[in-house]
Amino acid sequence: MSDLNQTMAARYQNNFLKEIEEQAEMGEWVKMCMQCGLCSGSCPTNFQAGWDHPPQEIFMMIRAGKRDEVLKSNSMWMCTSCYNCYVRCPRKVPVTHVMHGIAEYAYRIGQSPKNQPTQHLSKTFWDNCTKTGRVNEVKLTQSLYFKDGIGAGIKKAMEMQAVALGLVKAKRLNPLEAIGIAHKCKDIKGIQAMLAKANELEAQRKAEKAKA
Amino acid sequence: MARKEYAFYPGCSSQKGASASNYLTSVESMCNTLDIKMTEIPDWNCCGASVSYAESGELPRTAMNARNFALAESNLPGQDIVATCAACWLGSRESKERLEHNSGLLADTQTALKEAGLQIKVIPEIRHMVEVLIEDLGYDELKKPVKKPLNGMKFAGYVGCQTNRPFGINGESFENPMYLDKLIETVGGEAVPYDQKVTCCGGALAFSEPEKAQAQIKDIIEAAYDGGAEMIVTPCPLCQANVEVYQGQINKKYGTKFDIPVLYYSQLMTLAYGGTAKQAALDGNVVRARKLEEFAGK
Repeated sequence: MSDLNQTMAARYQNNFLKEIEEQAEMGEWVKMCMQCGLCSGSCPTNFQAGWDHPPQEIFMMIRAGKRDEVLKSNSMWMCTSCYNCYVRCPRKVPVTHVMHGIAEYAYRIGQSPKNQPTQHLSKTFWDNCTKTGRVNEVKLTQSLYFKDGIGAGIKKAMEMQAVALGLVKAKRLNPLEAIGIAHKCKDIKGIQAMLAKANELEAQRKAEKAKA
Repeated sequence: MARKEYAFYPGCSSQKGASASNYLTSVESMCNTLDIKMTEIPDWNCCGASVSYAESGELPRTAMNARNFALAESNLPGQDIVATCAACWLGSRESKERLEHNSGLLADTQTALKEAGLQIKVIPEIRHMVEVLIEDLGYDELKKPVKKPLNGMKFAGYVGCQTNRPFGINGESFENPMYLDKLIETVGGEAVPYDQKVTCCGGALAFSEPEKAQAQIKDIIEAAYDGGAEMIVTPCPLCQANVEVYQGQINKKYGTKFDIPVLYYSQLMTLAYGGTAKQAALDGNVVRARKLEEFAGK
């Protein structure tokens, strides 16, 4: 167990709902859920195999104190950000944002599933776009393919060869981006300074909440 | 002076050589005809997109968007920000909304911006390109420059998610928005009815969960064919790429024979306004739109 996780588990004891409300971004909305199931029925991923619990279930499990099951589940990471649940919820719960908030919290305290592909993408995307201020699409794709090592990466790259060649031919993929010849912001220094300050303040906010 | 002027936020995918570069080219051609002046926000940065939620945190994400607001406001005062990408539009609008409703977040954002020598005074309006077309010009104005109506061509207007939810286009329903169909009809095409108009293409999960995303994409394409469409049209760069570039993989997996071009509304409008295949960036389509290439050559 990570330190932060231990601290949180000890502090909230048997009140996981309160933990989510106070620690997860938008977590205060969970109690508004009336279990109608519209979100689950509206979720495009709900009709695919391989995810643990739709949002309605996650919300009930939070109330029921199923801490481990919720934080370790892959459910939140299945969100495509389609916002179907968000616009259909009769209680106006911003379900999409709540799911993102719970995912971020589980990740922050080291409880989210390991090697979860969308979690990897989420981190990789942010690191990629904040490095120069703009996304380097080639490097983003490469780091996704090679997340499970060189062998798996080459296999994946071979599978995707036809897709990549089609894009190169259409001038929508520039192989030079792989070596950093890519679009970037001019004021990278300013962006880095801004983000350093934002991260510092964000960490402060979260630490304060964790102490409160 | 141009009829309308906006602070243009093209976004990462709409850059030269990037995955939606054909969107950029066709938007430029379309705006040229419509006498809309789009001035790129100097040194704009990525919006963070929806998928960065695990790592970004609310404040850093908001700061990224706020930097664009500050740059737009100081360099192009009084102009609305116009995004062509659905995710840029959504990310910016979400940030604007949070900044306007959360004074603590605004204060912290200002502190962060100061490190980059910037400051927010007024947050400009954040518009999507189709809002500009529909609300600032209107269908009648959009019809006027049509020289070559796309008569007899059948399109499935694929609206997808993020230009539709959670904000959407004013006056449209989330379940069956009509603006894209109307745009198709404005340039003389036929918008076919089909039942996957607002289905999600899988978004970023096309990268991380390709099987799930491709199952959704398959449903969308199948419905478009069932509706009698020859081509699919969309306002979103990720919808466009996802629905277009995985057709080969889907065919292999499911034994389908998908080969349907996926275009941007701006490509249709450029062609209907008499533009060339190059001005409409038809060479940027991976699944070539042969019928439109022939049409453009006539």
